Amino acid sequence: MEKYTFKDFKSDQEVRWCPGCGDHAVLAALQRAMPRVSEILGYDKERYVVVSGIGCSSRLPYYMDTYGFHSIHGRATAVSTGIKVANPELSVWQACGDGDALAIGGNHFIHAIRRNIDINIILFNNRIYGLTKGQYSPTSKFGAITKTSPYGTVEHPFNPGSLVLGAKGTFFARGLDSELKLNEDIMVAAAVHNGTSVIEMLTNCVIFNNGAHAEISDREYRADRTIVLRHGEKMIFGRNRDKGLVLDGLRLKVVTIGEKGITEDDVLTHDAHSDNIGIHMMLADMKYPEYPVALGVIRDVNDVTYDAAVRMQVEQVTAKSRIHCVDDLLRSGTVWEVK
Amino acid sequence: MQHKVIDTKDVVIRFAGDSGDGMQLTGSLFADMSAIYGNELSTFPDYPAEIRAPHGTLSGVSGFQVHIGSGHVTTPGDLCDLLVAMNPAALKTNAKWLKRTAMVLIDQDTFDEEGMKKAGFKEDPVAELHIEDRTIVVAPITTLTEESLKDSGLDIKAIHKCKNMFTLGMACFIYSRPLEYIYTYLEKKFGRKHPEMVAPNKKVLNDGYNYAANIQAIPDTYVVEPAHLPKGLYRNITGNQATAWGFLAASEKSGRPLFCGSYPITPATAILEELAIHKSLGVKTLQAEDEIAGICTAIGAAYAGDLAITTTSGPGLSLKSEALGLAVMTELPLVVVDVQRAGPSTGIPTKTEQTDLDQALYGRNGECPIAVIAAHSPAHCFDTAFNAARLALEHMMPVIMLSEGFLGNGSEPWRIPSMKDYPEIRPPFADEGDIPFKPFRRDPVTMVRKWGLPGIKGFEHRVGGLEKNHDGVLSSEPLNHEMMVHERAEKVARLADVIPPLEVMGAGSGKLLVVGWGGTYGHLYTAVAQEQAAGRDVSYAHFDYINPLPKNTAEVFAGFEKILVCELNNGQFANYLRGLLPQFSYLQYNKVQGQPFLVHELAAAIDKEF
Repeated sequence: MEKYTFKDFKSDQEVRWCPGCGDHAVLAALQRAMPRVSEILGYDKERYVVVSGIGCSSRLPYYMDTYGFHSIHGRATAVSTGIKVANPELSVWQACGDGDALAIGGNHFIHAIRRNIDINIILFNNRIYGLTKGQYSPTSKFGAITKTSPYGTVEHPFNPGSLVLGAKGTFFARGLDSELKLNEDIMVAAAVHNGTSVIEMLTNCVIFNNGAHAEISDREYRADRTIVLRHGEKMIFGRNRDKGLVLDGLRLKVVTIGEKGITEDDVLTHDAHSDNIGIHMMLADMKYPEYPVALGVIRDVNDVTYDAAVRMQVEQVTAKSRIHCVDDLLRSGTVWEVK
Repeated sequence: MQHKVIDTKDVVIRFAGDSGDGMQLTGSLFADMSAIYGNELSTFPDYPAEIRAPHGTLSGVSGFQVHIGSGHVTTPGDLCDLLVAMNPAALKTNAKWLKRTAMVLIDQDTFDEEGMKKAGFKEDPVAELHIEDRTIVVAPITTLTEESLKDSGLDIKAIHKCKNMFTLGMACFIYSRPLEYIYTYLEKKFGRKHPEMVAPNKKVLNDGYNYAANIQAIPDTYVVEPAHLPKGLYRNITGNQATAWGFLAASEKSGRPLFCGSYPITPATAILEELAIHKSLGVKTLQAEDEIAGICTAIGAAYAGDLAITTTSGPGLSLKSEALGLAVMTELPLVVVDVQRAGPSTGIPTKTEQTDLDQALYGRNGECPIAVIAAHSPAHCFDTAFNAARLALEHMMPVIMLSEGFLGNGSEPWRIPSMKDYPEIRPPFADEGDIPFKPFRRDPVTMVRKWGLPGIKGFEHRVGGLEKNHDGVLSSEPLNHEMMVHERAEKVARLADVIPPLEVMGAGSGKLLVVGWGGTYGHLYTAVAQEQAAGRDVSYAHFDYINPLPKNTAEVFAGFEKILVCELNNGQFANYLRGLLPQFSYLQYNKVQGQPFLVHELAAAIDKEF
């Protein structure tokens, strides 16, 4: 197998996102993750297929020097599903936006997760419709003022993580556009995971929703307002690494280590592989200011994948059946001869 | 009374009852048995959309018509020789299908006050329907079935479910059918899971047969001799089953695994169900979350190298429109099957029509021509599906196959072909010589692009819904767009070079040419044959290929003084012909009732032109 670098995954197409758009960083992370994935899983470059829907982020396949399919609005998940079922050897990646995946494509999104088909979905969440120039999306905050909500939206937003886990997703991670290294690690983990991997990438839209995630992403207070979860590690955060998460009854609670007799031992340890979806749901749901926003791999559990089950069923039925070609089929059941 | 056994060329039998009475099963058993006996036949299930409509009501009547003959049978028949009416509502809704000489078999027990009221009868149904001149056989079928099974240990509900076997037994006596086939069927159906049901069903069947033999009410019985079919192995096949099998055949002949992404919809669902059985032939069926996912998963599978299909009916085709445009733009092989039903909107889901032709031809945004082909009989669905897949794979394009509820649910005996008689299918795979791969470079003769499969080194490329140039690079350059629009259209148009010419039944020139397409073939064929036999100067041309039209179409049309286009819509094919071949004028005969043509209606329409 060839050894790749990020340059091998850069296409010759000019990248046409706005300067300062969060998508640039996500693309860079993906181009850096793929050589690592190839090394770990032994994938040649021709096994990668990058699929997208419609929207700014859906331009991504043109910038990857891999097989690519830029489909139609909302339907990327269905196209990815067909590709993976047809050829399970392929490593299928999908770029889609919050409008693309959660509004027009919401149905396909939840059903892919329900089936647990082995594809990797990168959901670019900038809480706005960018390509149509600034209308609110299903993740825009209640009250957000946009071109189609000049007096503020009166809709409650989706939290993509809750949606994924509510559909019994087996892998959910959250990244932040500017966290290049973290994003790269998340993408590698998503590739290694068998089943539908959803990565929510919090991205900024400099033109129509600048500061989309500023309250947590600003360098000045990012460490205090986010927590990077790593499997097997304590849930500790803060610029002084002195804050932690504990369970208080049935709820999570932020505590300060060293205060009120709290020690590091009291702080929860992240178990991404736990089948307890409740704790993952609570972590995915954490919102600033009550909680830090969780980044990293929140859930990563194994379950039967759709593509493997499809293949297995074909093999099992084939082994038992007496019909192995169309001539057999045509002569099966009730037939009679006219002499 | 003197009992006669009459030899007859053909008979039409209509089984009608409540939607829970098992009429579809009874009818298909009679059909299968007759097929094995050697008759030619055609069936027409005519059932309501409700699974169990309110008991005894007019809207809940389910019918199954079967036409058997010793000669050539191409339609389920206009009117019936025997009507089995399991209740008053069934008699009322079906009396209009009786021949003057017909026999009516009635379950007397259901003609109680309640049953009469539900059907809207006052006192004497026979008089109210003006069918006194028919042979009415009144039998207490419910009571006799109860009597027959009183020692069976079955509860009354289970006993009543066996009523249909009593009537089937009676029908078998009337038409001199041996019961052995039905025995075998009952053993197969119930043998494993409900062995206790085999004996009671057999008993009721026998008792029905003997009852018919003993009563004096049935004046004559009939024999329909086996037809003189070409030698070979035969089976009965429905259109939906044949469609599914045609794709399996194309998969085998192309070496491409079959992928079917579909959403359940009447009357197309049976294709998905049939394919789901045959995983041993490598088929992957994906029951999608909606119609759009059905086609989009299929498009994904096509990109990855499968023979990809999606099956639907009219409303589903509407939902798939945008994705069909994507298949046109990405130039991927895909077959969309539309088993048409009465529309618009939900329409009458279980009834047949040819009203989706316009949608198939034009229903997309942009300049978006798609190849359209149509099946003309249940068994012909096999070849049509095979050819649709062949054209899609060899010409790298989506193809719409139009079927109809009438074809999908209908059945006919089929001489089983051998796969060695079908051509190999050779998709235009990209090879070493195509590296660096430019996905939209075309063969100058066919305009077909190459298929570069993901997973193979060297053909990495991007496709998508945005306009591109030949190299596969995005382009909004005005002249490039216009060129690509022309090329995509030209690719479809050039299919005319590979499809068979239009054939004419009858003289190649003359007074009148009857034109049809799709599932009206059997009725049109019979009507024209009758008219020809009566000395009319009429010929018939039937279109299996709609877009593009066969190359000789204009040449055929030019031979006739008048052209009469007959279709089950308001004139969609006629209008299409007017657009393409405006040098001819087209007469129309149309019907939009959710029902197939009747031969006598067509004959009258033809007569009018003389």
